Amino acid sequence: MALKTEHMVLNMGPQHPSTHGVLRLELEIEGELVKKVTPHLGYLHRCFEKHAEAMQYNQVVPYTDRLDYLAAIGNNFGYALAVEKLLGIEVPERVEYIRVIMAELQRIASHLVAIGSNGADIGALTPFLYLFRDREHILSIIEETCGARMLYNYIWIGGLSHDIHPDFVRKTKEFCNYFKPTIVELDNLLSYNKIFIERTANIGVLPVDTAINFGSSGPTLRGSGIKFDLRRDDPYSIYDRFDFEIPVGKGLMGIVGDCWDRYYVRIREMEQSLRIIEQAIDHIPEGDVQSAIPKRIKPPKGTVYKRVENPRGELGYFIISDGTVNPFRVKVRAPSFVNLEVLGELCKGYLVADVIAILGSIDIVLGEVDR
Amino acid sequence: MKSAEEIFQILKIEFGNSILGLDKDTPTEPIISVDPLQIHRVSKFLRDNPDLQFDSLMCLSGVDDANGNKVKNADGDELIEGGTLSVYYNLHSVSLKHKISLKVSTSRTEPKVESVENIWKSANWHEREAFDLLGIFFLNHPDLRRILMPYDWDEFTTEVSRHPLKKDYKNPEFYQGMKVPY
Amino acid sequence: MGLLDKEFSDGNIVIAKVDDLFNWARLSSVWQLGFGLACCAIEMMATSMSHYDFDRFGVIPRNTPRQADAIIISGTVTLKMALRIKRLYEQMPEPKYIISMGSCANCGGPYWEHGYHVLKGIDRVIPVDVYVPGCPPRPEALLEGLLKLQGKIRNESLRKKSA
Repeated sequence: MALKTEHMVLNMGPQHPSTHGVLRLELEIEGELVKKVTPHLGYLHRCFEKHAEAMQYNQVVPYTDRLDYLAAIGNNFGYALAVEKLLGIEVPERVEYIRVIMAELQRIASHLVAIGSNGADIGALTPFLYLFRDREHILSIIEETCGARMLYNYIWIGGLSHDIHPDFVRKTKEFCNYFKPTIVELDNLLSYNKIFIERTANIGVLPVDTAINFGSSGPTLRGSGIKFDLRRDDPYSIYDRFDFEIPVGKGLMGIVGDCWDRYYVRIREMEQSLRIIEQAIDHIPEGDVQSAIPKRIKPPKGTVYKRVENPRGELGYFIISDGTVNPFRVKVRAPSFVNLEVLGELCKGYLVADVIAILGSIDIVLGEVDR
Repeated sequence: MKSAEEIFQILKIEFGNSILGLDKDTPTEPIISVDPLQIHRVSKFLRDNPDLQFDSLMCLSGVDDANGNKVKNADGDELIEGGTLSVYYNLHSVSLKHKISLKVSTSRTEPKVESVENIWKSANWHEREAFDLLGIFFLNHPDLRRILMPYDWDEFTTEVSRHPLKKDYKNPEFYQGMKVPY
Repeated sequence: MGLLDKEFSDGNIVIAKVDDLFNWARLSSVWQLGFGLACCAIEMMATSMSHYDFDRFGVIPRNTPRQADAIIISGTVTLKMALRIKRLYEQMPEPKYIISMGSCANCGGPYWEHGYHVLKGIDRVIPVDVYVPGCPPRPEALLEGLLKLQGKIRNESLRKKSA
């Protein structure tokens, strides 16, 4: 008679050093093999949508900062674009350029944490220290402009909270020159590190059709080899003026769509962000960054769904206006929330230790998952 | 690539009375209204039709329309009676690069909408969220539990404080011995 | 250690009050529970990393509450999470210290009014030693919070825990 064995249930989180916040995963395991993963969310549900309904349009901006707190500018950007579309206002050229440069700087800063913590979770602590050092450079550039280190409240509806600092252009150029060799260093330190490749290549393979059906976006989708980037496929702001490539997973170290591919896409994306910054930085036109900010924001009745490419994927704002000064409903389509859903599919059949690598490669921010 | 008008005509021919209308006011994005108990069939057609190929669900949002009558209950809380809850679907085709929004409205007292979970997997958590925050029941959903609020929220709350995104929501006084209001 | 080595090369006796010795040992190796909640956790990480280096004050993240001396409540505490934090706190051995980092943990922060799922202040669940204001506090502010905690530990007595 065959021996009947039961699956063991292992709880990971909410307090766990590598769940990227307060996520709880319920793992059903057979020996070391993961059979089923059930994520439990809501440990950081901060009621963003309720707040948005109670606030006026411009008062919502600081709350959007706190969704994806690693990429606050991207969140401001999406929200501002959505409300501007409702209002039907155009923003000055100068504002567009500064927004794009800031968003790309923020993308690099966000990817640095993503890459660093992905490495740190599976044992490579040294790159984490290096990357946080580089991140501080970006933070100090942005801080000089708007006074905050992490949650900026920088992009307002119709403009910006502050004009750029007189030293901004020089410092940003300096950073670009400084950062290029650092990417090469990072490649040598982590990307082609044998242990790191062993831990991530051929692990957590995400097939293309599954990725699309689950609504994945950002590096998670591109890691599976699809060239889909909202900056090019659904251009917003002035991204259509810049020349950049969309890096996709090619399966250099294993199967297309594995953890290593998702990781590698982020590194190559940082290079492309630098390219965009370098194209934009010399062409910032003169002007006033607050001239287009409306005195009273009272959009006409209507609904709008506006999406932007945040570092983690497609960030969408679905806003319903009822013609008053408060939004009637704001729903955030958070990239991490949707990307996390595929985790259950990815982890099936891999080892418990691989769950950490897979979770790190999806790169979630719990503030955005739970909102 | 098809415009909202063309998509509406295709759907109207295929489904007739299940398609309730097309709303194309500016700055509103065109929205096609659908019968809540036919949304599964319509969605399947939208995904599988070779001319449409809506292979990804970008967003699914539950909304409290707050269009009912305001009444006061015995405790003096203002409640909304009657009216509708709505669900908005924002669809996108990765291959054909067109977009469309759908809308279904269901009664507030007995909100029931067909689930589209087995068409787009990403709908699973979005629908759970709409159930959690607005109390909309998605028929045939495989795992309709609360997702953001605690699983035992119902034990500590009354009817007015069950689904927080409803417009007549009132905070409960305590949850598990912790004071909820400031 | 150079100074101590030279000063005490012949003898091996140091006379100190037991209180002082214990306090000195405790305050110079505050091991924090490695555990982040929200936005502030990123600033906490930044504090531990190269630029600010928490380690020079003896703060090392420990991943289990059973080996930790302090929790830094770094971020918004929701109702769902508060119960877990309480359990973590109960698992820690005495003496244990709490630093409440950021406005959310202090009093609910920006979520105080409409946050139906936010606990308005972690002190409603567990006792707090040091409050660090800010949203999020800068790493320097967190470092000062730690120095305040160290000052508090320095004045403790084994007989009676100072208020």
